[in-house]
Amino acid sequence: MASILETRGLTMQFGGVTAVDNVDFKLQRNELRCLIGPNGAGKSTFFKCLTGQLKPTGGHVFIENEETTGWDPHAVSRLGIGIKTQVPSVMDGLPVRENIWLAAYRTHGRERARHATDSAIERLALRDIANTAVGRLSHGERQRVELGIVISMEPWLILLDEPAAGMTGEEVARMAEIIGELNADAAIVVVEHDMQFIRSIAKKVTVFNQGRILVEEDVDTVMNDPRVRDVYLGKKV
Amino acid sequence: MVAASELRSALTVLVIAAILFIVAPAVIETYTLTVLIIYGMLALSLGLIWGFGGILCFGQAAFFGLGAYTYAISAINIGESTVPFVLGIAVPAAFAFILGAMLFYGRLSDVYLGVITLVVTLIFFKFMNSTAGPEYVIGNARLGGFNGIPGFQTLNVPGDPGSYIYDVDYYWFCVVAILIVYALVRWLLASPFGRIAVAIRENETRVELMGYDVRIRKTVLFSIGGGIAGLSGTLFANWAEIVTPGMFSLAQSAEIIIWCIVGGLGTLVGPVIGAMALAYLKFLLGQQSLVDNMMLLGLILTLSVLFLPRGIVPSLGTLLARAMPKRRRKRQHHRRPRRDAEESRGEVLDG
Ligand SMILES: Nc1ncnc2c1ncn2[C@@H]1O[C@H](COP(=O)(O)OP(=O)(O)OP(=O)(O)O)[C@@H](O)[C@H]1O
Ligand SMILES: [Mg+2]
Repeated sequence: MASILETRGLTMQFGGVTAVDNVDFKLQRNELRCLIGPNGAGKSTFFKCLTGQLKPTGGHVFIENEETTGWDPHAVSRLGIGIKTQVPSVMDGLPVRENIWLAAYRTHGRERARHATDSAIERLALRDIANTAVGRLSHGERQRVELGIVISMEPWLILLDEPAAGMTGEEVARMAEIIGELNADAAIVVVEHDMQFIRSIAKKVTVFNQGRILVEEDVDTVMNDPRVRDVYLGKKV
Repeated sequence: MVAASELRSALTVLVIAAILFIVAPAVIETYTLTVLIIYGMLALSLGLIWGFGGILCFGQAAFFGLGAYTYAISAINIGESTVPFVLGIAVPAAFAFILGAMLFYGRLSDVYLGVITLVVTLIFFKFMNSTAGPEYVIGNARLGGFNGIPGFQTLNVPGDPGSYIYDVDYYWFCVVAILIVYALVRWLLASPFGRIAVAIRENETRVELMGYDVRIRKTVLFSIGGGIAGLSGTLFANWAEIVTPGMFSLAQSAEIIIWCIVGGLGTLVGPVIGAMALAYLKFLLGQQSLVDNMMLLGLILTLSVLFLPRGIVPSLGTLLARAMPKRRRKRQHHRRPRRDAEESRGEVLDG
């Protein structure tokens, strides 16, 4: 199977800090991958290099065999890539429905945008708050709105940066379910700290540490790897 | 549903405005009213790009002056007013497009954008002031330095340079112009382009991640704002029958910003009302010498920022929404009450 996302020697430096350090990463079509690692390991920076929010200082990014290194975010997005950022990136002053419609309109055009918006609202149980300004919502609700934005674009590659953060137990379970459903049509990379959550969705796990890939194995092997325990010192693995 | 209520609210504003413009000459001279409308349109141009596009331009006066000078210079050279009128809109719009493209494709931060637009205005001001010499001519038009350019062909019935549109007729011309511009801008804001522009104001990064090219969209919006400011300048040139470098002045730029803040950003009606009210106040004050004009304007700005931080029109909207809670509740009965009150506030805003 050919990889749909690949990085070669991807590097991102901020002054003296190397946030992403020579990362070789491959993702297969319709794969579900978890990305874990301690705070500051470079997970979010890695995502930003993939989406074009940051221009990597070294290395290459390939998406479906096309080199996208240094592309602008809108151009990368148009390939069919959706990202949920760590801090929910939503339009606070606009109602939930408008937030999702804007994303749906770009992908589907005027005719089909309304339908795509409605189905994203249904799927994420946002109907009761569909006309509420996003700025008035709780963190968990905003997470759901942002996921609604992402799924209404119907991307085939989805990057989720801590999608379950700030959610109640019930919401987390629902999120795991949704990720499973989305995985039928899209490859997904999930960054998470919640190990329970990772166990519930993961197959293969990549562990980042200090900008580098430490281990890349199936979930059980990773959880039992002493190096992983070491970098997560103090955290329950 | 959204479209229908949008249409209704836009029509309501247009009808009320038309009635007011018909009644107003009974109270205020049409000559004064005309310039109030022109300033209203100038404020509308900034209200659009700042209040809806999130682009704070400190140099909206540059497009205002450029429109006026373009009209004056081309009217002297061409004679008949139709082409100069169109150029008075097109040249500032094109200039704004180029300037905007440099700013937005260069990904300058908001602060730099403010500073650069301000500097551009100052350059125009300095340059126009320095063109007193006979060597500064464009075709038959002498730029005239600080004296400006007088004596150009004013607005005529298209194709008939002999029949001028002036006085009360010109008042009606400006009334129709601002109503049309308002309607077009409302339509623009209700269109996907306008909705995406507002989204960019809210969160530029997210809009990019949705796949929209933010740079071209901001450039186009900036250019539309420049065109409307240029139209306002063209109308001003025809009203004053002279254009002077003062149109590019810092004071002029500052006034436009104050009109928008006092009237209320995030609405279209707000900046127009702010401009008309403050400009009329300035006109009244100009007839006495007891209080200094600029000082009073500053005082009004300070007071309104302190007590009506969202501006006159949005604050009035909130009051109205509180006064008529029943009607609102009926339409939104299935939603949570706390959020209801907040939402209806937002709804009234979009006038
Ligand atoms: N814009 C920036 N400028 C300078 N340094 C940055 C910038 N963004 C990230 N960094 C640094 O890069 C490193 C990696 O940060 P990143 O946010 O990618 O980590 P992370 O793995 O997502 O952590 P967390 O689990 O806390 O979200 C950190 O040391 C951080 O301080
Ligand atoms: Mg992170």
